[in-house]
Amino acid sequence: MAETLIPKIVPQKTPAATAKVGSPLIEIEAISLHYGASRALKDISLNLEEKVVTAFIGPSGCGKSTLLRCLNRMNDLIDNVRIDGAIKIGGHNIYASDVDVIELRKRVGMVFQKSNPFPKSIYENVAYGLRLHGMKVKADLDLRIEECLRASALWDEVKDRLHSSALGLSGGQQQRLCIARAIAIKPEVILMDEPASALDPIATARIEDLILDLKKEFTIVIVTHNMQQAARISDQTAFFYIGELVEFGATSKIFTNPAQKRTEDYVSGRFG
Amino acid sequence: MENHFEIGIENLRQKLLVMASHTEKAVNDAVQALTQRDHDLALRVKEEDDVIDKCEVEIDDLAILLLTKAPLATNLRLVTVAMKISQDLERIGDEASKIAKRARDLTQEPPVKLTLDLTRMARLALEMLKTALDAFVNRDPAAARLIIPRDKEVDAMNKQIHNALVQHMVDNPDTISRCLHWIVAAKSLERIADHATNIAEDVVYLCEAQDIRHTGIKNSAASNP
Repeated sequence: MAETLIPKIVPQKTPAATAKVGSPLIEIEAISLHYGASRALKDISLNLEEKVVTAFIGPSGCGKSTLLRCLNRMNDLIDNVRIDGAIKIGGHNIYASDVDVIELRKRVGMVFQKSNPFPKSIYENVAYGLRLHGMKVKADLDLRIEECLRASALWDEVKDRLHSSALGLSGGQQQRLCIARAIAIKPEVILMDEPASALDPIATARIEDLILDLKKEFTIVIVTHNMQQAARISDQTAFFYIGELVEFGATSKIFTNPAQKRTEDYVSGRFG
Repeated sequence: MENHFEIGIENLRQKLLVMASHTEKAVNDAVQALTQRDHDLALRVKEEDDVIDKCEVEIDDLAILLLTKAPLATNLRLVTVAMKISQDLERIGDEASKIAKRARDLTQEPPVKLTLDLTRMARLALEMLKTALDAFVNRDPAAARLIIPRDKEVDAMNKQIHNALVQHMVDNPDTISRCLHWIVAAKSLERIADHATNIAEDVVYLCEAQDIRHTGIKNSAASNP
């Protein structure tokens, strides 16, 4: 029998691993996720603070991207997924039956590993979401697009060719354009799934500096395989292993004095 | 867009400069307290040393944090050198405290009637320290290399002062306790020059990526083709 595409919410269980910090914007409460019979996330609870960069780290298959995708219900698009527990953003359960998923994804934007600009001009890439959300006046669009391109540190490089194809940009520029596109509609949260893993060191450094600039305005959750990157850009780090949250805390602590042996072994490169 | 990592590196450099300025002041005050028999000034050196100790802890904390971010090349050398220089500065602060303590005790007793060239020795040790720190600030390995051989001059002065004081104690046993204070103070100045030499060697490593410790090539310039 086919499983429903809509995740089922079941009553919250006692979390196996709990990590709480002050004034959370995002509260992940006893989340478990199954792909069919396979349990990909096991009873995960943690709170993510507002205007803070949180890094999810862990070996491949540990569930970090799966959890990231739970934060804007991207997993709804996958067959046979069942999610137990709750995720609250600003105190509201995003898995409640009355939640408008389109509206949720406006509040929680996403940047993917591979830059994916629309096959349109640089201008239109940023304008697209704005028009979709009702901004029609050209002067307003021009102003907002410039703001977003400046905020994503791309303006100086593209201001003279805004109507050229976005596909002509370098990989790093395309990724910054995707960030500009994501922030155009003023989300509260930006999810980033290995946003710099396909970029060269210079482009990576620019994305990292951009993330640190953006956290003044946005709450950022980033999945990365690069632990030095996590150390450079994040305030909080969560380490996952085989679907479990092993440790969550200040990045400086995780990378200098982790509490759990599994974290120590992973950040020291002993496995993963 | 800000370069956040470079901001961290600059922050580390600034903290080291603040620590260096406290250290220089501590040594200057200690020497002045000793040579001018200034009891109050000797007491104030301890306060300066407490600040220096705090600086060392802060610099190490920041350096460890920066190391987790995987600095490379010059930045990697700067972070490791900063940790070493801060340790040398902390030790210099300790030596300044020792001198100040001896200065404080000596003010309670009559002066020793012996002409010592301690002022010249102190001037040279301080000059070495200042030059080493300036070389760090200006990233000037040539200036750093120039002061390294001067450590031997300080060693020779210390030996000379030590011998003079030993002879004085033999001839005037009633001055033994006072002469021992001077011996300890001279030894501390000699140690300060050693630490200044370490800092100079670290500056060469920072600028040229060449470790000149224990190599006998301290005066040669980097031999990059």
